[in-house]
Amino acid sequence: MSNSMIIGQYVPGESFVHRLDPRSKIAIIFFFVLIVFFANSVMSYGLLALFAIGAAASSKVPLPYIMKGLKPVWFLIIFTFLLHLIVTKEGDVLYNLWGWKIYEEGLVQGAAISLRFFLLILVTSLLTLTTTPIEITDAIEELLGPLKKIRFPVHELALMMSISLRFIPTLMQETEKISKAQASRGVDFRTGSFKDRIKAVIPLLVPLFVSAFKRAEELAMAMEARGYRGGEGRTKLRELSISKLDYYLYALFILLIIGLFLTRS
Amino acid sequence: MDIRFDKVSYVYQPNSPFEHRALNNLSFSIESGSFVAIIGHTGSGKSTLLQHLNGLVQPTDGEVTIGPYQLKAGVKNKQLRELREKVGVVFQYPEHQLFEETVAKDIAFGPENFGVDQEEVQARVKDAAKATQLDNSLLDRSPFDLSGGQMRRVAISGVLAMNPEVLVLDEPTAGLDPSGQREIMEMFNRLHEEKQLTTILVTHSMEDALSYADHILILNHGEVYREGPPLDIFKQKEALEDVQLDVPEVIEFLSKVKEQHGVEIPYEGQTIAELAKELAEMVRGGRDHE
Repeated sequence: MSNSMIIGQYVPGESFVHRLDPRSKIAIIFFFVLIVFFANSVMSYGLLALFAIGAAASSKVPLPYIMKGLKPVWFLIIFTFLLHLIVTKEGDVLYNLWGWKIYEEGLVQGAAISLRFFLLILVTSLLTLTTTPIEITDAIEELLGPLKKIRFPVHELALMMSISLRFIPTLMQETEKISKAQASRGVDFRTGSFKDRIKAVIPLLVPLFVSAFKRAEELAMAMEARGYRGGEGRTKLRELSISKLDYYLYALFILLIIGLFLTRS
Repeated sequence: MDIRFDKVSYVYQPNSPFEHRALNNLSFSIESGSFVAIIGHTGSGKSTLLQHLNGLVQPTDGEVTIGPYQLKAGVKNKQLRELREKVGVVFQYPEHQLFEETVAKDIAFGPENFGVDQEEVQARVKDAAKATQLDNSLLDRSPFDLSGGQMRRVAISGVLAMNPEVLVLDEPTAGLDPSGQREIMEMFNRLHEEKQLTTILVTHSMEDALSYADHILILNHGEVYREGPPLDIFKQKEALEDVQLDVPEVIEFLSKVKEQHGVEIPYEGQTIAELAKELAEMVRGGRDHE
């Protein structure tokens, strides 16, 4: 019930972005992250921003949710902007504040880097906002498929990921329950010295570990009871499939790349 | 301590797609020293209500008064610590909160947090263990070596050792075997009678509500659906069925007897077995008269 958790905070929906194949989304985001670094003119940045913001808008995820995902990185974005503003000493002096000079290049570079950051975070958080964790792990398993040839345990890795994702909410709930129970017994998690607060965590962590191990054991037993024996010859409940929508996305993305290289200076 | 809820609402995750109204304009009061059972279907707001009783959550709207303490929407209460010492909460599956190396240390954890001095703490540990019928030889064992039922008793002792004036119980017998369930409920009833503890029991067992409570509160969709003495409540079979609740077996039995044979037997806390005997005697007595 903790409302500050955005990691894996999937917002259900039926939009274009939601219905894309998760493999397509991951691949496109991967390439988007690469091409962001090729932009170097106002026009090229504009194109990238148009793509990212357009994607966010068409996902129909409410704006406050998207902003919440960006919250932890706002500081980083502003910090890099200021750092460039202060450190870069090229180009014309735009403003002189008691001997502290702001250079044109500094402003431009600061803005560019911050924009890059913003776009990267926006696009990646869009993935988790519109794709269920299970879809993401399925997609990763498929995308890493070729590594099976060199005996890399792709299936096991994907299973581990989906199990951990599956248990994040459970453990969060458990944490909340135990912390409430201990708060009722007079533990104060919020005030007191640093040492006191560290000590207050023990009554929370011990029961949490105990129950996590118990759960893991039960899960392993339940899986064995139902005949689980690894990924060999295993079929899937949800088959991933590339649809027309995905081809539209590819076409759009290729247009974006062409546009980007045309507008580069 | 008297407890009063005044137009209390509670909303989970307000202003988000996951917004959920758990309590809706809830008003009721509980007299000091009474034994109240709160029943209702899953999701009716019982657990949320219970968390208001020692300030684990704050009302989104309205006001909760517990003795001299007040929880008001939007106002931070500075006496939460005192309130939590006076109101002991036994959560569902309380054995999940055990963490200390020994049983005695775990029971002592609560009172120590509230600044009770060592000598007193040790005395309370002994008392609490005795109240829950924990053998003294268990006090130096690790709580994780005990059986499920014993762990439950340790956890309950941990709450009792705080010497609360109000005891809040959230399905304290869930998952225990029938004899364990009876023992635990009898123990709470004894504490209620001996120490005049105001007891609030959240339960799914209509039988427990009937046998122990002197007042029943039925919740539905975060609102008070029915309220009153157990016998009045359990007369309303249809109203109960509308919110997926059953009538206790004994009451059901008595009303069938009345319906089919026209004999009215007053309910005085008899069990089914005792009633059967009573009936048998009546039948025999009836024959003697003929």
